[in-house]
Amino acid sequence: MSRTQKLFTYSALSIWAFVAIFPIWTLIVNSFKPQKEIFSNPFGLPQNFTLEGYKAVWLKGNFGTYFLNTIYVTVISLALIIFFGSLAAYALAKWNSKSSTALYVFFIAGLMIPIRLGTIDLVRLMQFLNLQDTIWSLIPVYVAMGMPISIFILTAFVKNLPREMFDAAKVDGASEWRIYLQIVVPLLRPAIATVAIFNMMKIWNDFWFPLVFIRAEESRTVALGVSLLFGQYRTDWTRALSTLSLAAIPILILYILLSREFIKGLTAGAVKG
Amino acid sequence: MIENFKKRFQKDGIWVLFLLPALLIYLVFMAAPLLDSMRLSLYTGKGYTPTEFVGLQNYIDLFTNPVWRERFLGALKNTVIFFAIHMIVQNSLGLFFANLLSQDFKGRNFFRTIIFAPATLSVLVTGFLWTLILNPHWGAINQTLKAIGLDSWAKPWLGDENLALVTISLASVWQWVGMPTVLFLAGLLGISDEILEAARVDGASSWHIFWKIKFPLLKPVVGVVAILTFVDNFNAFDVIYAMAGAKGEPGYSTDLLATFFYRTGIAGEHPIGIPNMGMGAAIATITFVILMTGVLIWLYSSRKNEDLV
Repeated sequence: MSRTQKLFTYSALSIWAFVAIFPIWTLIVNSFKPQKEIFSNPFGLPQNFTLEGYKAVWLKGNFGTYFLNTIYVTVISLALIIFFGSLAAYALAKWNSKSSTALYVFFIAGLMIPIRLGTIDLVRLMQFLNLQDTIWSLIPVYVAMGMPISIFILTAFVKNLPREMFDAAKVDGASEWRIYLQIVVPLLRPAIATVAIFNMMKIWNDFWFPLVFIRAEESRTVALGVSLLFGQYRTDWTRALSTLSLAAIPILILYILLSREFIKGLTAGAVKG
Repeated sequence: MIENFKKRFQKDGIWVLFLLPALLIYLVFMAAPLLDSMRLSLYTGKGYTPTEFVGLQNYIDLFTNPVWRERFLGALKNTVIFFAIHMIVQNSLGLFFANLLSQDFKGRNFFRTIIFAPATLSVLVTGFLWTLILNPHWGAINQTLKAIGLDSWAKPWLGDENLALVTISLASVWQWVGMPTVLFLAGLLGISDEILEAARVDGASSWHIFWKIKFPLLKPVVGVVAILTFVDNFNAFDVIYAMAGAKGEPGYSTDLLATFFYRTGIAGEHPIGIPNMGMGAAIATITFVILMTGVLIWLYSSRKNEDLV
């Protein structure tokens, strides 16, 4: 790299890094300031440090419940996505027949069609199943939504595993179920991590389905709670910013810890295709 | 014949069992609702019971009845603009950053992490955050513009019908630019060094190398990025809901197909608040047809490109 190239690269990237980080920085520092200081000192570190916003939001907003609900929904959905997805992927990769090709295409078609377009039917279905207003209405929808990308990534991965491994186990008389559990799942681990990260972000951040399915206080997720609290606190900036920070900080910490896997996970789905 | 079937089941039955859970949940909660929405779009009725068959009347209303037509065509137009801004601004920036990040220099992982960071946050959170930053009186943008003497540039960004849609689109670009960046970056890192080295030895400029060598090799990734941008943005809802409300304020100038769908088929228009599910299903079906058309064009053209190679 020549000197001018280097200068250009660093300055262009630094400008965007600033643009990307600056709003997040103001969000977090200002959530620790009283309203007055937010306007007098909008960009610096807090001088009159306060936790008033967080206290108010946490106590009034039942944020603990929102977090627990979101964690339940995300964890249960992810576990089911990975279990159902890897079972199906193993079958699709190993079963050579016309039906398996057709099923694969049927699953993959879901990559391009947003499940939201079926919302009206889903609302009626949840009413029929008596699940509306509970977190259980979200889980099956998220699992269904996660199937296409998971089957896409996992099937490609199983197909790339060396054939001899399965053949040797077969000769030893192992059942397909045992091969799946003892050989396929351990080998799939990196691909499973990709699938988990990809789906986790979508599920954790989803706002549409909680908005449509859930009204009850005790079933709200973080995204839904944030939207209702933010509406109330629109003019109280300390509280408004505390609300947003509470939703943003856990994800940011997780991202900083796992950024490499995050980026790998997001590219794996799209670039291989 | 029964023997034959039994034999087949012994051989293939296990695969059917393995596929069953994924297939069932995908069928019941995704495929069937999507297809049944098309059927529902032919019905009308108040609230949760669209039971009266009306044929194509919902579609005819959307295209010809002035009450629906104005909202529908407005939302369609805004969605196209919203998508076009992402396609042009977000993806050009992404390609530009990816090209810089594909070079070998200190700190490139740091920049990569930062550029992608906003994309990990909930759209709702970043949308609300931007409404505060863009607040006409107290927001950081107008405060800064006034402080450096550009008072006339300080605009009511989200309150002006001519500015709101572009402003919201750019806030969304800010959040998502990391996505095309990592996709293009993965594509660029896949190009063999030998080709690039050979070009450099021949004295090609970096500009030339980019357009004549890298870009043609990136074409499949460009296709993937384009189709993802298309599907995601024709379906965008959260950012408008957070920054302009479900009615796409001001004056429906930021109303997209998804907000129109939400108001019509799910929330119900104020002040009645009763959803018109048949009409909602018709809007969803039209969106579905638009998406499918785009995807099929993409599949067709990418297959054609492959044949050429």
